[in-house]
Amino acid sequence: MDFFLEIVVAVLLVVGSLMSLIAGIGLITFPDLLSRMHAATKPQVLGFLLLFAGLAIHLRSWILVPVLVLAWGLQLLTAPVSAHMIGRAGYRTKHVAKETLHVDELKKVISKHSEATGNTGAVRKIEGSKADENEKP
Amino acid sequence: MIETAVWIGGVMLALASIACLWRVFKGPSILDRVLALDVILLIISSALCLDMAINRHTDYLLFVVVACTLGFIGSVTVSRFVSDQRNA
Repeated sequence: MDFFLEIVVAVLLVVGSLMSLIAGIGLITFPDLLSRMHAATKPQVLGFLLLFAGLAIHLRSWILVPVLVLAWGLQLLTAPVSAHMIGRAGYRTKHVAKETLHVDELKKVISKHSEATGNTGAVRKIEGSKADENEKP
Repeated sequence: MIETAVWIGGVMLALASIACLWRVFKGPSILDRVLALDVILLIISSALCLDMAINRHTDYLLFVVVACTLGFIGSVTVSRFVSDQRNA
């Protein structure tokens, strides 16, 4: 039984580290910000799940499990939010190669909004940044 | 068995961090750099997990939890400010 569990732990640790290597290779080879974002979230959820499971099995302690579940749940909650913010900032600052997109739903929303307000996207964004400056003391 | 697995995992993490550092050096925009630095923080947390596994202690658990939050706050802050700076 112990030998079997050791094999399981070894496989979990190696595959969990492999996720980080995949993220690194993806960061080097992918051409675009959005595709790099897709690669960068690999170690965040699946890799940490495998590493934490391997750690908990290897140390044979149930006390670890709530802390590890807390760390993994934090990753699970914050990964989509930060990816959303980075993708939105990349779209606004034109770092997204638009010809590679099959569906562009944000463009529809922005054009509808600029028709309603009579502004182009650029003017609206400058107004938004001025409003942000006014909020600062 | 575990030692071999940790050695293999450590080599993988080292290669991954070199790749991320290359992207930080090369990255065309600041968003690519933030993304790569976020991945480097995750790689450090993974290395701490490997260290806890091979040395059988739990000293670094708190740092792993804190690093999860720190990466989130950093990337959200930088993406927020880069959208303001570019448009002003």
